[in-house]
Amino acid sequence: MTTTTTTSSTTPTNPPPAPAPTTSALSLSRTTATAARVLRQLRHDPRTIALLVLIPCVMLFLLRYVFDGSPRTFDNIGASLLGIFPLITMFLVTSIATLRERTSGTLERLLAMPLGKGDLIAGYALAFGTLAIIQSALATGLAVWFLDLDVTGSPWLLLLVALLDALLGTALGLFVSAFAASEFQAVQFMPAVIFPQLLLCGLFAPRDTMHPALEAVSDVLPMSYAVDGMNEVLTHTDMTATFVRDVLIVGGCAFLVLCLGAATLRRRTP
Amino acid sequence: MMNFNPDSRPPDEGATQAPPAPPAVRAENLTVVRGPRTVLRTLDFTVPRGQITGLLGPSGCGKSTLMRSIVGTQDKVTGTLDVLGRPAGHPALRTRIGYVTQAPSVYDDLTIRQNLDYFAAILDPGRAAADRRHENVTRAIADVDLTTHADALAGNLSGGQRNRVSLAVALLGTPELLVLDEPTVGLDPVLRRDLWNLFHDIAATRGATLLISSHVMDEAERCHRLLLMREGEILADATPEALRTRTGTDTVESAFLHLVDAATEAARTKETPTEKTPTKESPTKESRTKEATR
Repeated sequence: MTTTTTTSSTTPTNPPPAPAPTTSALSLSRTTATAARVLRQLRHDPRTIALLVLIPCVMLFLLRYVFDGSPRTFDNIGASLLGIFPLITMFLVTSIATLRERTSGTLERLLAMPLGKGDLIAGYALAFGTLAIIQSALATGLAVWFLDLDVTGSPWLLLLVALLDALLGTALGLFVSAFAASEFQAVQFMPAVIFPQLLLCGLFAPRDTMHPALEAVSDVLPMSYAVDGMNEVLTHTDMTATFVRDVLIVGGCAFLVLCLGAATLRRRTP
Repeated sequence: MMNFNPDSRPPDEGATQAPPAPPAVRAENLTVVRGPRTVLRTLDFTVPRGQITGLLGPSGCGKSTLMRSIVGTQDKVTGTLDVLGRPAGHPALRTRIGYVTQAPSVYDDLTIRQNLDYFAAILDPGRAAADRRHENVTRAIADVDLTTHADALAGNLSGGQRNRVSLAVALLGTPELLVLDEPTVGLDPVLRRDLWNLFHDIAATRGATLLISSHVMDEAERCHRLLLMREGEILADATPEALRTRTGTDTVESAFLHLVDAATEAARTKETPTEKTPTKESPTKESRTKEATR
């Protein structure tokens, strides 16, 4: 083994030898390299970026004038939507992106390289998290300053919840892509995973007025807490205990599902 | 033209004074099951270091599965499979093996250079290694003759060009073992010749071991050694000359056909013992169709 390296380093055409291989579960430079790569891929696809960033703004704008006569309703729904948009868009983007990674063979190649599964997951979370910050900042800014969304608390807290929602969406998308064999299936997971949460999260009817069985289901779905957290910011000037609980639950769920997603990445496949 | 070039003899013979390194790949009793099918059956072989070993056989004979097993991405591998002195799939092997899958595995929405930059950052991470990485990437692009396209999106390239980007990724760093699954498929004769020259160059100057699969038999003549496969079994493990001599044929292609026919004949006589009635001549066919429908 050592003989090969010494003989090869004397030949002129040979590249400089790389240091001893390090394969840890999480390495900062590999994670940032992965995040940079994902963002670079997106940069070659400006239309996707435009859609990601603009659609939430357009929807909020639309909603504002749909509820032109009842600003109070807009406050409620608008705040909830600020939490729901990043979750849905990041779910879609991540599930398709990781599915492509699986089907194109690049995932197999990466996992045959010294890349930790944590590096890949964290890289994706970092890249889409960055995108989610931009998306949420624009949507929140538009809602609060231009569409007169009446928020009692700090808009920064809205942004925090939105970011956690985006991470949750990324995590769910990553996890679900393991069970999708094609883009068709991946897209169908959106209604399967997101719509029930959308119906039960309290956007359409307060959760405590639902059938007790549904209320119990909504109690274990993370989106309920995302919407709840947004409404806490809407109606309270300070961080309430409920808000802290909501944030912890959404963040915890995102972390848990990210770990589950890492478990679906197999170095050895049948 | 496609004949084995005697100038590119493997360099290790007689040159090694240190205790002999373990073979690049050593398999004993290697069996791989995919779903209901046994794809590889109790294989025994070694791949010597510093040489080009060709893995040949009809499509579907288990070449890719064998390569995936060596790289460590294949599940349900039983038996012994040592690669560069360690069990296949060992984490320490991940920087020492370069692997090219049959379908080009690169990011279509990145340029050639961006693709290579990323994979280089995974192999050799850290800011301190940036210059070395840049050098490596430039060299790998030049190796596969894509320097003029370095800033083109991989998705806009032709099939053969994308194959070469995928190959360039495997050439990054200093892999001691290169596992290339049909790297010359879809390439024109000039490029094929250039790539084979590159492979010989890599074996000769870098002392690397190459395992290259192909179903184009004229490429077999350019390998130092050959592993001929058929239906998950190894038919022959020899040099091209030895193979031709043994079968009394002129080309590796006819040697391979000779061996396949002999194996088919042997299988038929084994599966249909003489005491059975001639109407029972079809169990081979029967079991084969059963296997296919399963």
